[in-house]
Amino acid sequence: MEAHPANLPAPSQHRAGIRLPGLGVGFGGGMVMLYLSLIVLLPLAAVASEAFSLGLGHFWEQVTSPLAKKSLELTVICSLIVVVVNGFFGTILAWLLVRDKFPGKSIINAVIDLPFALPTIVASLILLTLYGADSPLGIDLAFTRTAIVVALCFVTLPFVVRAVQPLLLEMDREMEAAAASLGAGNFTIFRRIIFPNLLPGLAAGVALAFARALGEFGSVLLFAGGNPDTTVSSVFIRNQVESGNEVGAAAVSVVLLVASLLLLASVSLIQRWAIRHDRGSTDFIVTVENKDVSGGGI
Amino acid sequence: MSANPASRWGLRFLGLGYLTMLLLIPLVMIFYKTFEEGIGPPLDAVTSPDGLHALKLSLLMVVIAVPLNTVFGIGCALLLVRHKSKLNPVIDAVINLPFAVSPVVIGLSLYLLYGTNGWFAFLGEEGIKILFSVPGMVLASIFVSLPFVVRETVPVLQEIGTDQEQAGQTLGANAWQTFRKITLPSIRWGVAYGVVLTTARVLGEFGAVTIVSGSINGQTQTLPLFVEKQYANFNSTGAYGASLVLALLALITLFAMNLLKRKEDA
Repeated sequence: MEAHPANLPAPSQHRAGIRLPGLGVGFGGGMVMLYLSLIVLLPLAAVASEAFSLGLGHFWEQVTSPLAKKSLELTVICSLIVVVVNGFFGTILAWLLVRDKFPGKSIINAVIDLPFALPTIVASLILLTLYGADSPLGIDLAFTRTAIVVALCFVTLPFVVRAVQPLLLEMDREMEAAAASLGAGNFTIFRRIIFPNLLPGLAAGVALAFARALGEFGSVLLFAGGNPDTTVSSVFIRNQVESGNEVGAAAVSVVLLVASLLLLASVSLIQRWAIRHDRGSTDFIVTVENKDVSGGGI
Repeated sequence: MSANPASRWGLRFLGLGYLTMLLLIPLVMIFYKTFEEGIGPPLDAVTSPDGLHALKLSLLMVVIAVPLNTVFGIGCALLLVRHKSKLNPVIDAVINLPFAVSPVVIGLSLYLLYGTNGWFAFLGEEGIKILFSVPGMVLASIFVSLPFVVRETVPVLQEIGTDQEQAGQTLGANAWQTFRKITLPSIRWGVAYGVVLTTARVLGEFGAVTIVSGSINGQTQTLPLFVEKQYANFNSTGAYGASLVLALLALITLFAMNLLKRKEDA
Protein backbone atom coordinates (compact mmCIF):
# COMPACT_ATOMS: atom_id res chain seq x y z
CA MET A 1 0.00 0.00 0.00
CA GLU A 2 2.70 2.47 0.95
CA ALA A 3 4.89 1.58 -2.03
CA HIS A 4 2.43 2.97 -4.49
CA PRO A 5 2.34 6.74 -4.63
CA ALA A 6 6.10 6.86 -4.16
CA ASN A 7 6.79 4.67 -7.17
CA LEU A 8 4.74 6.64 -9.61
CA PRO A 9 5.65 9.98 -11.07
CA ALA A 10 3.01 12.48 -10.05
CA PRO A 11 1.81 13.56 -13.52
CA SER A 12 1.03 10.06 -14.79
CA GLN A 13 -1.01 9.32 -11.69
CA HIS A 14 -2.91 12.50 -12.22
CA ARG A 15 -3.67 11.54 -15.79
CA ALA A 16 -4.80 8.07 -14.76
CA GLY A 17 -7.11 9.72 -12.29
CA ILE A 18 -8.76 12.01 -14.77
CA ARG A 19 -9.33 9.23 -17.24
CA LEU A 20 -10.81 6.94 -14.65
CA PRO A 21 -14.44 5.92 -14.66
CA GLY A 22 -16.68 7.73 -17.05
CA LEU A 23 -17.69 10.77 -15.07
CA GLY A 24 -15.55 13.83 -15.18
CA VAL A 25 -14.06 14.67 -11.81
CA GLY A 26 -15.98 17.91 -11.51
CA PHE A 27 -19.27 16.29 -12.40
CA GLY A 28 -18.57 13.33 -10.09
CA GLY A 29 -17.61 15.61 -7.23
CA GLY A 30 -20.74 17.66 -7.80
CA MET A 31 -22.94 14.57 -7.72
CA VAL A 32 -21.33 13.36 -4.49
CA MET A 33 -21.87 16.72 -2.83
CA LEU A 34 -25.45 16.90 -4.09
CA TYR A 35 -26.27 13.42 -2.78
CA LEU A 36 -24.66 14.14 0.59
CA SER A 37 -26.44 17.49 0.84
CA LEU A 38 -29.88 16.12 0.02
CA ILE A 39 -29.63 12.98 2.12
CA VAL A 40 -27.54 14.11 5.11
CA LEU A 41 -26.73 17.82 5.35
CA LEU A 42 -30.06 19.51 4.60
CA PRO A 43 -32.03 17.37 7.07
CA LEU A 44 -29.45 17.95 9.81
CA ALA A 45 -29.44 21.68 9.04
CA ALA A 46 -33.22 21.63 9.47
CA VAL A 47 -32.73 20.25 13.01
CA ALA A 48 -30.26 23.00 13.90
CA SER A 49 -32.53 25.65 12.40
CA GLU A 50 -35.54 24.37 14.34
CA ALA A 51 -33.57 24.24 17.60
CA PHE A 52 -32.65 27.93 17.36
CA SER A 53 -35.88 29.09 15.68
CA LEU A 54 -37.10 30.80 18.85
CA GLY A 55 -33.75 32.23 19.80
CA LEU A 56 -30.72 31.15 21.80
CA GLY A 57 -32.45 31.75 25.12
CA HIS A 58 -35.31 29.44 24.27
CA PHE A 59 -32.84 26.79 23.05
CA TRP A 60 -31.03 26.93 26.38
CA GLU A 61 -34.33 26.77 28.27
CA GLN A 62 -35.28 23.60 26.39
CA VAL A 63 -31.91 21.92 26.92
CA THR A 64 -31.83 22.75 30.64
CA SER A 65 -35.48 21.95 31.35
CA PRO A 66 -35.59 19.40 34.21
CA LEU A 67 -36.64 16.42 32.06
CA ALA A 68 -34.23 17.19 29.19
CA LYS A 69 -31.35 17.68 31.60
CA LYS A 70 -32.20 14.50 33.46
CA SER A 71 -32.29 12.48 30.23
CA LEU A 72 -28.96 13.89 29.05
CA GLU A 73 -27.29 13.18 32.39
CA LEU A 74 -28.70 9.65 32.44
CA THR A 75 -27.50 9.02 28.89
CA VAL A 76 -23.98 10.26 29.55
CA ILE A 77 -23.59 8.36 32.84
CA CYS A 78 -24.91 5.09 31.39
CA SER A 79 -22.72 5.46 28.30
CA LEU A 80 -19.64 6.06 30.47
CA ILE A 81 -20.36 2.92 32.51
CA VAL A 82 -20.90 0.97 29.29
CA VAL A 83 -17.59 1.95 27.70
CA VAL A 84 -15.69 1.06 30.88
CA VAL A 85 -17.39 -2.37 31.04
CA ASN A 86 -16.92 -3.06 27.34
CA GLY A 87 -13.38 -1.64 27.38
CA PHE A 88 -12.53 -4.27 30.01
CA PHE A 89 -14.40 -7.28 28.60
CA GLY A 90 -13.75 -6.26 24.98
CA THR A 91 -10.00 -6.29 25.56
CA ILE A 92 -10.22 -9.71 27.24
CA LEU A 93 -12.28 -11.08 24.33
CA ALA A 94 -9.84 -9.67 21.78
CA TRP A 95 -6.98 -11.27 23.70
CA LEU A 96 -8.78 -14.64 23.79
CA LEU A 97 -9.49 -14.48 20.06
CA VAL A 98 -5.87 -13.64 19.15
CA ARG A 99 -3.69 -15.39 21.75
CA ASP A 100 -5.76 -18.27 23.06
CA LYS A 101 -6.84 -21.52 21.48
CA PHE A 102 -10.14 -23.14 22.34
CA PRO A 103 -12.78 -25.15 20.49
CA GLY A 104 -15.38 -23.01 18.72
CA LYS A 105 -13.09 -19.98 18.51
CA SER A 106 -13.99 -19.17 14.91
CA ILE A 107 -17.70 -19.29 15.75
CA ILE A 108 -17.13 -16.96 18.70
CA ASN A 109 -15.17 -14.64 16.43
CA ALA A 110 -18.12 -14.48 14.03
CA VAL A 111 -20.74 -14.06 16.77
CA ILE A 112 -18.96 -10.92 18.09
CA ASP A 113 -20.47 -9.03 15.12
CA LEU A 114 -24.03 -10.16 15.93
CA PRO A 115 -25.00 -6.81 17.48
CA PHE A 116 -24.10 -5.12 14.18
CA ALA A 117 -26.33 -7.52 12.24
CA LEU A 118 -29.26 -8.00 14.63
CA PRO A 119 -31.98 -5.32 14.53
CA THR A 120 -31.93 -3.32 17.76
CA ILE A 121 -35.64 -3.82 18.42
CA VAL A 122 -35.09 -7.59 18.33
CA ALA A 123 -32.20 -7.19 20.77
CA SER A 124 -34.47 -5.21 23.08
CA LEU A 125 -37.27 -7.80 22.94
CA ILE A 126 -34.88 -10.67 23.64
CA LEU A 127 -33.08 -8.92 26.50
CA LEU A 128 -36.50 -8.19 27.99
CA THR A 129 -37.43 -11.85 27.71
CA LEU A 130 -34.18 -13.02 29.25
CA TYR A 131 -33.74 -10.37 31.96
CA GLY A 132 -37.35 -9.22 32.42
CA ALA A 133 -40.22 -10.15 34.75
CA ASP A 134 -40.48 -13.71 33.35
CA SER A 135 -36.72 -14.22 33.31
CA PRO A 136 -35.82 -17.93 33.10
CA LEU A 137 -32.65 -17.02 35.03
CA GLY A 138 -34.60 -15.23 37.76
CA ILE A 139 -32.91 -11.90 37.01
CA ASP A 140 -35.42 -9.08 36.58
CA LEU A 141 -33.82 -5.87 35.32
CA ALA A 142 -36.68 -4.61 33.16
CA PHE A 143 -37.39 -0.86 33.21
CA THR A 144 -34.38 -0.06 35.41
CA ARG A 145 -31.21 1.88 34.74
CA THR A 146 -29.28 -1.38 34.81
CA ALA A 147 -31.38 -2.43 31.81
CA ILE A 148 -30.16 0.63 29.92
CA VAL A 149 -26.55 -0.34 30.66
CA VAL A 150 -27.10 -3.98 29.60
CA ALA A 151 -28.80 -2.96 26.35
CA LEU A 152 -26.02 -0.50 25.52
CA CYS A 153 -23.36 -3.10 26.39
CA PHE A 154 -25.03 -5.44 23.90
CA VAL A 155 -25.06 -3.01 20.98
CA THR A 156 -21.55 -1.60 21.54
CA LEU A 157 -19.66 -4.83 22.29
CA PRO A 158 -18.11 -5.27 18.80
CA PHE A 159 -16.55 -1.79 18.69
CA VAL A 160 -13.84 -2.39 21.29
CA VAL A 161 -13.15 -6.01 20.29
CA ARG A 162 -12.76 -5.13 16.62
CA ALA A 163 -10.57 -2.11 17.38
CA VAL A 164 -8.19 -3.98 19.70
CA GLN A 165 -8.02 -7.29 17.81
CA PRO A 166 -5.90 -6.15 14.82
CA LEU A 167 -3.43 -4.38 17.12
CA LEU A 168 -2.92 -7.55 19.16
CA LEU A 169 -2.57 -9.57 15.99
CA GLU A 170 0.27 -7.43 14.66
CA MET A 171 2.04 -6.88 17.94
CA ASP A 172 5.68 -7.88 18.02
CA ARG A 173 5.92 -10.70 20.52
CA GLU A 174 9.70 -10.46 20.79
CA MET A 175 9.33 -7.44 23.04
CA GLU A 176 7.28 -9.50 25.45
CA ALA A 177 9.79 -12.34 25.30
CA ALA A 178 12.60 -9.88 26.00
CA ALA A 179 10.73 -8.43 28.97
CA ALA A 180 10.01 -11.90 30.31
CA SER A 181 13.66 -12.92 29.98
CA LEU A 182 14.58 -9.86 32.00
CA GLY A 183 12.33 -11.09 34.76
CA ALA A 184 9.10 -9.12 34.19
CA GLY A 185 5.95 -10.81 35.41
CA ASN A 186 2.78 -11.13 33.35
CA PHE A 187 1.17 -8.12 34.93
CA THR A 188 4.23 -5.94 34.34
CA ILE A 189 4.45 -7.11 30.71
CA PHE A 190 0.79 -6.26 30.20
CA ARG A 191 1.04 -2.89 31.87
CA ARG A 192 4.35 -1.76 30.37
CA ILE A 193 4.31 -3.35 26.91
CA ILE A 194 0.96 -4.70 25.76
CA PHE A 195 -1.35 -2.03 27.14
CA PRO A 196 0.55 0.99 25.72
CA ASN A 197 0.53 -0.68 22.30
CA LEU A 198 -3.21 -1.37 22.49
CA LEU A 199 -4.06 2.10 23.70
CA PRO A 200 -4.74 3.81 20.32
CA GLY A 201 -7.12 1.03 19.23
CA LEU A 202 -8.76 0.86 22.63
CA ALA A 203 -9.27 4.63 22.70
CA ALA A 204 -10.73 4.71 19.19
CA GLY A 205 -13.01 1.74 19.95
CA VAL A 206 -14.16 3.33 23.20
CA ALA A 207 -14.90 6.67 21.48
CA LEU A 208 -16.97 4.98 18.78
CA ALA A 209 -18.82 2.87 21.36
CA PHE A 210 -19.51 6.01 23.37
CA ALA A 211 -20.92 7.81 20.32
CA ARG A 212 -23.14 4.84 19.54
CA ALA A 213 -24.32 4.57 23.15
CA LEU A 214 -25.25 8.26 23.35
CA GLY A 215 -27.71 7.94 20.48
CA GLU A 216 -29.00 4.40 20.94
CA PHE A 217 -32.78 4.02 20.78
CA GLY A 218 -34.21 0.68 19.65
CA SER A 219 -32.40 -1.65 22.04
CA VAL A 220 -33.28 0.49 25.06
CA LEU A 221 -36.92 1.03 24.13
CA LEU A 222 -38.67 -2.22 25.12
CA PHE A 223 -36.18 -3.35 27.76
CA ALA A 224 -35.68 -0.16 29.77
CA GLY A 225 -38.83 1.60 28.64
CA GLY A 226 -39.51 5.26 29.08
CA ASN A 227 -40.53 5.74 32.67
CA PRO A 228 -39.27 8.98 34.27
CA ASP A 229 -36.16 7.27 35.63
CA THR A 230 -35.17 5.43 32.45
CA THR A 231 -35.79 7.99 29.72
CA VAL A 232 -32.55 8.32 27.78
CA SER A 233 -32.11 11.26 25.41
CA SER A 234 -33.20 9.44 22.26
CA VAL A 235 -36.42 8.31 23.94
CA PHE A 236 -36.89 11.84 25.29
CA ILE A 237 -36.57 13.25 21.74
CA ARG A 238 -39.14 10.75 20.45
CA ASN A 239 -41.53 11.71 23.27
CA GLN A 240 -41.13 15.42 22.50
CA VAL A 241 -41.91 14.80 18.81
CA GLU A 242 -45.02 12.85 19.79
CA SER A 243 -46.23 15.57 22.13
CA GLY A 244 -45.64 18.26 19.51
CA ASN A 245 -42.68 20.04 21.11
CA GLU A 246 -40.51 20.08 18.02
CA VAL A 247 -38.19 22.83 19.26
CA GLY A 248 -37.46 20.87 22.44
CA ALA A 249 -36.78 17.70 20.44
CA ALA A 250 -34.49 19.61 18.08
CA ALA A 251 -32.64 21.34 20.94
CA VAL A 252 -31.69 18.06 22.65
CA SER A 253 -30.84 16.63 19.22
CA VAL A 254 -28.36 19.45 18.65
CA VAL A 255 -26.64 18.59 21.93
CA LEU A 256 -26.34 14.95 20.82
CA LEU A 257 -25.16 16.04 17.36
CA VAL A 258 -22.39 18.22 18.77
CA ALA A 259 -21.32 15.40 21.09
CA SER A 260 -21.10 12.93 18.20
CA LEU A 261 -19.15 15.40 16.07
CA LEU A 262 -16.63 15.90 18.89
CA LEU A 263 -16.31 12.13 19.33
CA LEU A 264 -15.75 11.59 15.59
CA ALA A 265 -13.11 14.31 15.61
CA SER A 266 -11.42 12.68 18.60
CA VAL A 267 -11.32 9.32 16.81
CA SER A 268 -9.52 10.81 13.83
CA LEU A 269 -7.15 12.70 16.16
CA ILE A 270 -6.35 9.47 18.00
CA GLN A 271 -5.60 7.76 14.72
CA ARG A 272 -3.40 10.57 13.47
CA TRP A 273 -1.60 10.63 16.82
CA ALA A 274 -1.01 6.89 16.68
CA ILE A 275 0.36 7.10 13.15
CA ARG A 276 2.74 9.88 14.08
CA HIS A 277 4.00 8.15 17.22
CA ASP A 278 4.43 4.70 15.79
CA ARG A 279 5.15 4.40 12.12
CA GLY A 280 4.79 0.66 12.39
CA SER A 281 1.19 1.00 13.45
CA THR A 282 0.01 2.80 10.31
CA ASP A 283 -1.21 -0.38 8.69
CA PHE A 284 -3.41 -1.53 11.46
CA ILE A 285 -4.81 1.88 12.12
CA VAL A 286 -6.17 1.73 8.59
CA THR A 287 -7.56 -1.68 9.44
CA VAL A 288 -9.13 -0.36 12.60
CA GLU A 289 -10.84 2.43 10.74
CA ASN A 290 -12.05 0.04 8.10
CA LYS A 291 -13.31 -2.62 10.44
CA ASP A 292 -14.95 -0.86 13.26
CA VAL A 293 -16.29 2.28 11.71
CA SER A 294 -17.93 0.01 9.20
CA GLY A 295 -19.93 -1.58 11.93
CA GLY A 296 -21.87 1.53 12.76
CA GLY A 297 -24.64 -0.71 13.87
CA ILE A 298 -28.28 -1.04 13.32
CA MET B 1 3.07 -13.01 27.54
CA SER B 2 2.52 -16.69 28.16
CA ALA B 3 -0.27 -16.74 30.68
CA ASN B 4 -0.10 -19.46 33.28
CA PRO B 5 -3.01 -21.95 33.25
CA ALA B 6 -4.83 -20.27 36.14
CA SER B 7 -4.94 -16.81 34.60
CA ARG B 8 -5.67 -18.29 31.16
CA TRP B 9 -8.77 -20.02 32.58
CA GLY B 10 -9.66 -16.89 34.48
CA LEU B 11 -9.64 -14.80 31.31
CA ARG B 12 -11.63 -17.46 29.44
CA PHE B 13 -14.19 -17.52 32.22
CA LEU B 14 -14.56 -13.73 32.23
CA GLY B 15 -14.55 -13.16 28.47
CA LEU B 16 -16.64 -16.11 27.36
CA GLY B 17 -18.95 -15.82 30.37
CA TYR B 18 -19.70 -12.20 29.46
CA LEU B 19 -20.28 -13.15 25.84
CA THR B 20 -22.57 -16.02 26.83
CA MET B 21 -24.75 -13.90 29.09
CA LEU B 22 -24.88 -10.96 26.69
CA LEU B 23 -25.03 -12.57 23.23
CA LEU B 24 -25.25 -16.35 23.14
CA ILE B 25 -28.15 -17.02 25.53
CA PRO B 26 -30.23 -14.19 23.99
CA LEU B 27 -29.65 -15.67 20.53
CA VAL B 28 -30.84 -19.09 21.67
CA MET B 29 -33.78 -17.48 23.46
CA ILE B 30 -35.21 -16.10 20.20
CA PHE B 31 -35.54 -19.61 18.81
CA TYR B 32 -36.85 -21.05 22.05
CA LYS B 33 -39.48 -18.35 22.66
CA THR B 34 -40.75 -18.36 19.09
CA PHE B 35 -41.49 -22.07 19.06
CA GLU B 36 -42.57 -22.37 22.70
CA GLU B 37 -46.17 -23.01 21.59
CA GLY B 38 -45.31 -24.82 18.39
CA ILE B 39 -44.65 -23.62 14.89
CA GLY B 40 -48.28 -22.62 14.13
CA PRO B 41 -48.84 -19.33 16.02
CA PRO B 42 -45.60 -17.56 14.96
CA LEU B 43 -46.10 -18.72 11.39
CA ASP B 44 -49.68 -17.37 11.40
CA ALA B 45 -48.49 -14.01 12.72
CA VAL B 46 -45.74 -13.62 10.15
CA THR B 47 -47.99 -14.71 7.27
CA SER B 48 -50.88 -12.48 8.40
CA PRO B 49 -51.67 -9.69 5.90
CA ASP B 50 -49.95 -7.08 8.09
CA GLY B 51 -46.95 -9.31 8.65
CA LEU B 52 -46.51 -10.06 4.97
CA HIS B 53 -46.95 -6.40 4.11
CA ALA B 54 -44.24 -5.48 6.63
CA LEU B 55 -41.89 -8.06 5.09
CA LYS B 56 -42.59 -6.73 1.59
CA LEU B 57 -42.02 -3.14 2.69
CA SER B 58 -38.72 -4.08 4.34
CA LEU B 59 -37.61 -5.72 1.10
CA LEU B 60 -38.71 -2.64 -0.86
CA MET B 61 -36.45 -0.49 1.37
CA VAL B 62 -33.55 -2.81 0.54
CA VAL B 63 -34.30 -2.80 -3.19
CA ILE B 64 -34.24 1.02 -3.33
CA ALA B 65 -31.68 2.06 -0.71
CA VAL B 66 -28.99 -0.57 -1.32
CA PRO B 67 -28.41 0.02 -5.08
CA LEU B 68 -28.43 3.81 -4.59
CA ASN B 69 -25.90 3.69 -1.77
CA THR B 70 -23.78 1.15 -3.67
CA VAL B 71 -23.47 3.31 -6.78
CA PHE B 72 -22.88 6.38 -4.65
CA GLY B 73 -20.42 4.47 -2.45
CA ILE B 74 -18.23 3.26 -5.33
CA GLY B 75 -18.25 6.68 -7.00
CA CYS B 76 -17.48 8.49 -3.78
CA ALA B 77 -14.69 6.06 -2.85
CA LEU B 78 -13.07 6.55 -6.29
CA LEU B 79 -13.26 10.29 -5.83
CA LEU B 80 -11.78 10.19 -2.32
CA VAL B 81 -8.92 7.84 -3.20
CA ARG B 82 -8.04 8.90 -6.74
CA HIS B 83 -8.50 12.65 -6.65
CA LYS B 84 -6.80 14.59 -3.91
CA SER B 85 -8.88 17.67 -3.28
CA LYS B 86 -9.42 20.16 -0.50
CA LEU B 87 -13.01 18.96 -0.23
CA ASN B 88 -12.00 15.39 0.62
CA PRO B 89 -11.71 15.84 4.41
CA VAL B 90 -15.14 17.49 4.39
CA ILE B 91 -16.72 14.69 2.35
CA ASP B 92 -15.00 12.15 4.58
CA ALA B 93 -16.42 13.76 7.73
CA VAL B 94 -19.95 14.03 6.32
CA ILE B 95 -19.91 10.37 5.28
CA ASN B 96 -19.16 9.31 8.84
CA LEU B 97 -22.04 11.35 10.25
CA PRO B 98 -24.77 8.70 9.87
CA PHE B 99 -22.70 6.36 12.09
CA ALA B 100 -22.42 8.90 14.86
CA VAL B 101 -25.85 10.52 14.77
CA SER B 102 -28.66 8.94 16.75
CA PRO B 103 -31.28 7.21 14.56
CA VAL B 104 -33.96 9.23 16.33
CA VAL B 105 -32.19 12.46 15.39
CA ILE B 106 -32.02 11.23 11.79
CA GLY B 107 -35.76 10.56 11.88
CA LEU B 108 -36.43 13.96 13.43
CA SER B 109 -34.30 15.69 10.78
CA LEU B 110 -36.44 14.27 7.98
CA TYR B 111 -39.60 14.96 9.98
CA LEU B 112 -38.63 18.63 10.27
CA LEU B 113 -37.39 19.04 6.68
CA TYR B 114 -40.48 17.55 5.05
CA GLY B 115 -43.02 18.45 7.77
CA THR B 116 -45.73 21.10 7.50
CA ASN B 117 -43.39 23.97 8.47
CA GLY B 118 -40.26 22.50 6.87
CA TRP B 119 -38.20 23.84 4.00
CA PHE B 120 -39.58 21.12 1.70
CA ALA B 121 -43.20 21.51 2.84
CA PHE B 122 -44.10 22.65 -0.70
CA LEU B 123 -43.75 19.01 -1.84
CA GLY B 124 -46.73 18.14 0.31
CA GLU B 125 -48.71 21.02 -1.12
CA GLU B 126 -47.94 19.62 -4.58
CA GLY B 127 -49.45 16.34 -3.44
CA ILE B 128 -46.16 14.49 -3.02
CA LYS B 129 -46.43 12.77 0.34
CA ILE B 130 -43.06 12.12 2.00
CA LEU B 131 -43.82 11.80 5.72
CA PHE B 132 -45.93 8.93 7.04
CA SER B 133 -45.53 7.17 3.72
CA VAL B 134 -42.99 5.11 1.84
CA PRO B 135 -40.76 7.92 0.40
CA GLY B 136 -39.90 9.21 3.88
CA MET B 137 -39.05 5.71 5.05
CA VAL B 138 -36.83 5.22 1.99
CA LEU B 139 -35.01 8.50 2.72
CA ALA B 140 -34.44 7.40 6.33
CA SER B 141 -33.10 4.02 5.16
CA ILE B 142 -30.70 5.67 2.70
CA PHE B 143 -29.48 8.10 5.37
CA VAL B 144 -28.69 5.49 8.03
CA SER B 145 -26.95 3.07 5.65
CA LEU B 146 -25.02 5.59 3.55
CA PRO B 147 -21.44 5.08 4.82
CA PHE B 148 -20.96 1.29 4.57
CA VAL B 149 -20.02 0.84 0.90
CA VAL B 150 -17.73 3.91 0.90
CA ARG B 151 -15.97 2.76 4.07
CA GLU B 152 -15.40 -0.77 2.77
CA THR B 153 -14.31 0.30 -0.72
CA VAL B 154 -11.83 3.06 0.17
CA PRO B 155 -9.15 0.82 1.78
CA VAL B 156 -9.39 -1.74 -1.04
CA LEU B 157 -8.96 0.99 -3.66
CA GLN B 158 -5.94 2.34 -1.79
CA GLU B 159 -4.42 -1.10 -1.74
CA ILE B 160 -4.80 -2.00 -5.42
CA GLY B 161 -3.16 1.20 -6.67
CA THR B 162 -3.33 2.33 -10.30
CA ASP B 163 -0.71 0.19 -12.11
CA GLN B 164 -3.17 -2.14 -13.78
CA GLU B 165 -5.55 0.66 -14.68
CA GLN B 166 -2.73 2.54 -16.39
CA ALA B 167 -1.63 -0.60 -18.22
CA GLY B 168 -5.19 -1.05 -19.48
CA GLN B 169 -5.35 2.54 -20.65
CA THR B 170 -1.99 2.27 -22.38
CA LEU B 171 -3.45 -0.64 -24.32
CA GLY B 172 -6.32 1.56 -25.44
CA ALA B 173 -9.12 0.80 -22.98
CA ASN B 174 -11.50 3.70 -22.39
CA ALA B 175 -12.52 4.83 -18.93
CA TRP B 176 -15.61 2.63 -18.70
CA GLN B 177 -13.76 -0.45 -19.94
CA THR B 178 -10.98 0.20 -17.43
CA PHE B 179 -13.49 0.48 -14.64
CA ARG B 180 -15.52 -2.57 -15.61
CA LYS B 181 -12.66 -4.91 -16.52
CA ILE B 182 -9.96 -3.86 -14.06
CA THR B 183 -11.13 -1.69 -11.14
CA LEU B 184 -14.45 -3.36 -10.37
CA PRO B 185 -13.13 -6.96 -10.34
CA SER B 186 -10.35 -5.96 -7.92
CA ILE B 187 -12.65 -4.17 -5.48
CA ARG B 188 -15.65 -6.51 -5.75
CA TRP B 189 -15.23 -8.30 -2.38
CA GLY B 190 -14.82 -5.02 -0.54
CA VAL B 191 -17.91 -3.64 -2.25
CA ALA B 192 -19.83 -6.86 -1.58
CA TYR B 193 -18.93 -6.64 2.11
CA GLY B 194 -20.24 -3.08 2.17
CA VAL B 195 -23.44 -4.18 0.41
CA VAL B 196 -24.04 -6.89 3.04
CA LEU B 197 -23.64 -4.37 5.86
CA THR B 198 -25.90 -1.88 4.07
CA THR B 199 -28.61 -4.50 3.59
CA ALA B 200 -28.47 -5.60 7.22
CA ARG B 201 -28.71 -2.03 8.41
CA VAL B 202 -31.67 -1.22 6.14
CA LEU B 203 -33.53 -4.37 7.19
CA GLY B 204 -32.99 -3.69 10.86
CA GLU B 205 -33.43 0.08 11.06
CA PHE B 206 -35.96 1.06 13.68
CA GLY B 207 -35.42 4.48 15.27
CA ALA B 208 -35.23 6.69 12.17
CA VAL B 209 -38.03 4.87 10.34
CA THR B 210 -40.33 4.89 13.36
CA ILE B 211 -40.29 8.71 13.51
CA VAL B 212 -41.03 9.32 9.81
CA SER B 213 -43.43 6.42 9.20
CA GLY B 214 -46.09 6.76 11.85
CA SER B 215 -46.07 2.91 11.90
CA ILE B 216 -49.52 2.43 10.40
CA ASN B 217 -50.52 -1.26 10.34
CA GLY B 218 -50.35 -2.74 6.87
CA GLN B 219 -49.25 0.57 5.36
CA THR B 220 -46.06 2.07 6.74
CA GLN B 221 -44.70 -0.78 8.81
CA THR B 222 -41.40 -2.47 8.13
CA LEU B 223 -40.58 -5.71 9.93
CA PRO B 224 -38.85 -4.06 12.93
CA LEU B 225 -41.82 -1.70 13.37
CA PHE B 226 -44.15 -4.71 13.13
CA VAL B 227 -42.19 -6.35 15.99
CA GLU B 228 -42.69 -3.33 18.22
CA LYS B 229 -46.39 -2.92 17.34
CA GLN B 230 -47.12 -6.60 17.96
CA TYR B 231 -45.36 -6.41 21.31
CA ALA B 232 -47.24 -3.23 22.26
CA ASN B 233 -50.51 -4.99 21.38
CA PHE B 234 -49.65 -7.89 23.71
CA ASN B 235 -49.25 -10.27 20.77
CA SER B 236 -45.84 -11.52 21.84
CA THR B 237 -46.04 -14.59 19.59
CA GLY B 238 -46.26 -12.28 16.58
CA ALA B 239 -43.39 -10.20 17.90
CA TYR B 240 -41.21 -13.29 18.40
CA GLY B 241 -42.13 -14.72 15.01
CA ALA B 242 -41.11 -11.54 13.18
CA SER B 243 -38.02 -11.28 15.41
CA LEU B 244 -37.01 -14.78 14.39
CA VAL B 245 -37.26 -13.83 10.71
CA LEU B 246 -35.03 -10.82 11.39
CA ALA B 247 -32.62 -12.89 13.50
CA LEU B 248 -32.28 -15.47 10.71
CA LEU B 249 -31.50 -12.65 8.28
CA ALA B 250 -28.90 -11.39 10.79
CA LEU B 251 -27.30 -14.84 10.96
CA ILE B 252 -27.16 -15.00 7.15
CA THR B 253 -25.51 -11.56 7.27
CA LEU B 254 -22.90 -12.81 9.75
CA PHE B 255 -22.21 -15.82 7.54
CA ALA B 256 -21.85 -13.62 4.45
CA MET B 257 -19.56 -11.20 6.34
CA ASN B 258 -17.25 -14.05 7.32
CA LEU B 259 -17.20 -15.52 3.85
CA LEU B 260 -16.45 -12.18 2.22
CA LYS B 261 -13.74 -11.29 4.76
CA ARG B 262 -12.01 -14.54 3.89
CA LYS B 263 -12.30 -13.84 0.14
CA GLU B 264 -10.94 -10.35 0.68
CA ASP B 265 -7.96 -11.61 2.66
CA ALA B 266 -7.21 -14.37 0.16
